[in-house]
Amino acid sequence: MADKFEPRITGFVCKWCTSAGADLAGTSRKTYPPNMTPIMFFCSGRVDPQHILHAFRSGADGVFIGGCHPGDCHYQEGNYKTMKRIPMVKKLMRDMGIEEDRLRLEWVSASEGDKFTKVITQFVEQIRGMGPLKLPAKQRKVS
Amino acid sequence: MNKRIGVVVCHCGINIAGVVKIPEVLETIKTLPGVAAVRDHMYCCSDPGQNMIKDLTKSEKLDAVVVACCSPTLHESTFRKAVKSVGLNPYLCEIANIREQCSWVTPDRDEATKKAIRIIRTQVARARWDQPLEPIDVPVTRRAMVVGGGVAGIQAALDIANAGYEVVLVEKDPSIGGHMAQLSETFPTLDCSQCILTPKMVEAYQHPKIKLLTYSEVADVSGYVGNFKVKVRRKPAYIDWDVCNGCGQCLVKCPGRKESEFDRGMSKRKAVYRPFPQAVPNRPVIDASICVHFKTGRCSICADVCPLKAIRYDQKESFVEESVGAIVIATGFELYDLKDYSSFGVGKTQDVIDGLQFERILSASGPTSGEVKRPSDGKVPKRVVFVQCAGSRDVENGKPYCSKICCMYTAKHAMLYKHRVHDGDAIVFYIDVRTGGKGFEEFYKRATDEGVLYVRGKVSKIYRQGDKVVVWGADTLTGQKVQVEADMVVLANAMTPTPESAELAGVLKAQRDEHGFFNEAHPKLRPVETLTAGYFLAGAGQGPKDIPEAVAQASGAACKVIGLFSNKTLSHDPPIAGIDEDACSGCGVCVDVCPYGARELVEKDVKGKMKKVIKVNEVLCECCGACSSACPVAACEQRNLKDEQIQEMVEAGLEG
Repeated sequence: MADKFEPRITGFVCKWCTSAGADLAGTSRKTYPPNMTPIMFFCSGRVDPQHILHAFRSGADGVFIGGCHPGDCHYQEGNYKTMKRIPMVKKLMRDMGIEEDRLRLEWVSASEGDKFTKVITQFVEQIRGMGPLKLPAKQRKVS
Repeated sequence: MNKRIGVVVCHCGINIAGVVKIPEVLETIKTLPGVAAVRDHMYCCSDPGQNMIKDLTKSEKLDAVVVACCSPTLHESTFRKAVKSVGLNPYLCEIANIREQCSWVTPDRDEATKKAIRIIRTQVARARWDQPLEPIDVPVTRRAMVVGGGVAGIQAALDIANAGYEVVLVEKDPSIGGHMAQLSETFPTLDCSQCILTPKMVEAYQHPKIKLLTYSEVADVSGYVGNFKVKVRRKPAYIDWDVCNGCGQCLVKCPGRKESEFDRGMSKRKAVYRPFPQAVPNRPVIDASICVHFKTGRCSICADVCPLKAIRYDQKESFVEESVGAIVIATGFELYDLKDYSSFGVGKTQDVIDGLQFERILSASGPTSGEVKRPSDGKVPKRVVFVQCAGSRDVENGKPYCSKICCMYTAKHAMLYKHRVHDGDAIVFYIDVRTGGKGFEEFYKRATDEGVLYVRGKVSKIYRQGDKVVVWGADTLTGQKVQVEADMVVLANAMTPTPESAELAGVLKAQRDEHGFFNEAHPKLRPVETLTAGYFLAGAGQGPKDIPEAVAQASGAACKVIGLFSNKTLSHDPPIAGIDEDACSGCGVCVDVCPYGARELVEKDVKGKMKKVIKVNEVLCECCGACSSACPVAACEQRNLKDEQIQEMVEAGLEG
């Protein structure tokens, strides 16, 4: 039997809300699939479209971005910038032949360990259902 | 870039090692480029653990250290201090969170081990690029603001002021005092609430170091710890408080009428009013929404009778800006509005009242001068039912949490009722009686000894029938349904944050929990701080608490503020976004995206050529990185989180 497909997911999480929410999920001993490797930024507004595309080029099957709820950004409006950027990135992804559902932006606050668990579980299952990302060789990172 | 990186993996007892296979992790990590040494330890945060990290840093001549352990919010500063003590720049120490975000959430040992390796690998990639950074020294404004003038806010203000620092105390209502001023007597000693509170109110008012801004709200906050600029909105009182001497002539003649907020709707106040006779400052305000002058222009009686001509109908709201170094959030609580709650008859019959209304009835200064009379007809109620957990501990319809103070104040209410109406019946419906506190159990025992009847069970319905208020409930000890015909019902409503605290949280960017209470930085070890440096918490705005707890937390918050003010300068986080002047095209995009105004365009000589480039005000930069992701030419670089660094971290997290 062939190996079950295990999605590889890059997570960009903000320090103040989503990473704290992920910490709370841990403190509360929730469980969720281990497929996402979190990278903590100060703010979701630091996520540059090229980081997302770079993740796909480097072999990610999905990219997750977690920020503070609208109005709650520790840096006032970083999450709004992300909110505006994501549709633009999705358009680029469509042009590149990457299904836009492979990118997910969610607002997870520091008190939402439960939501973090649910969102990650659901996203991993969704990507598992979509199968591996098949990028044309020229778009893949050659290292 | 030929760094020697050391990786130390913490077992955290069995918290990490019970799931993550540490030897496998070490085997893999030691093969990574740049990794010069790997170690593990049972508890890295312990003294021997820290010493091991220090020794390793020295003996292996490490250029960077990655500690794989718990969340960076817990021990990042611990390990950075440790490496600093042996001469390594603290910003060359990174944390890989393999506990909260790995071992605790991944039950499968193989999967947890793989994820731990991926997380450590990203941090090693990060460390490979890390540069030594120096904290930026910024001066501290040794002046505090306290938001909320209840007992917690007053205590915090007094403690800070008595230590010699100036305090600005902001209160939304015309008077300080908060809910404690409404209470009759306090448990478990039954001392008069106003008698112990009003001296503190007056002390705060007269204190030379305290500036009182009542009838005011925080409109905007900018800056950072040690250097906040707070814009305070002063609502128009329509009276010049500097001229007014509080004589009260205006209060006598005013024709406007409205339910008194202070008496919780059980008495009337005028359009020009002070909330209660002992108000501090003793200055009235005009409520324009019911004032005849504002509605029709045909009344100016207060202006006519004022001997000092202090009435100003044309007064407008104004703003003052205060510079402070720390802010104490003491916004207090409100009672949960039970109007839509199950079938408690709230709002339908006047004789179902909340705990604060009963406090006003019991208060000597209240609408009945302390005589127990029910609101509908003024009769002395011969049977009063007290309903605990009205909205608390109700996951489905109300608030899931325990409001903590209701068991004690209900015992007090029932007891005080029995003291005033000797032949009356006091019946308490409860789920559990919780008496954790000094003298609390004895106080509850005293209530039962004095003849208060406790029925264990919830109330399902309350309705009016003729002259009576009928209470349906259950006695879960006997398994019987209970129906009581009472003359009055007192509900122990759940405590909630004040509605204004939501707006304040938005202005402050302070974090709140799912119920709207302000979040402390750590539930056990940092209970008066918040995750935002410079904000501190006091009182029931952080969670339900009684007076002694609110006061203790206020003194704790004050102590933290005083500690902060003992520094001449503070160090500002250095992972700020700099500028590559060669690459900068002077487009100014980052100027617009920076929420702190930390970037400006200047004309500058760059390598013998005059050009427009960005100048970064390092002290204002808060390290969010918005400019870095907005810059079209990659000239804005967030220190130790550069684009190349992030790309390598992304790749590292996807390997294996």
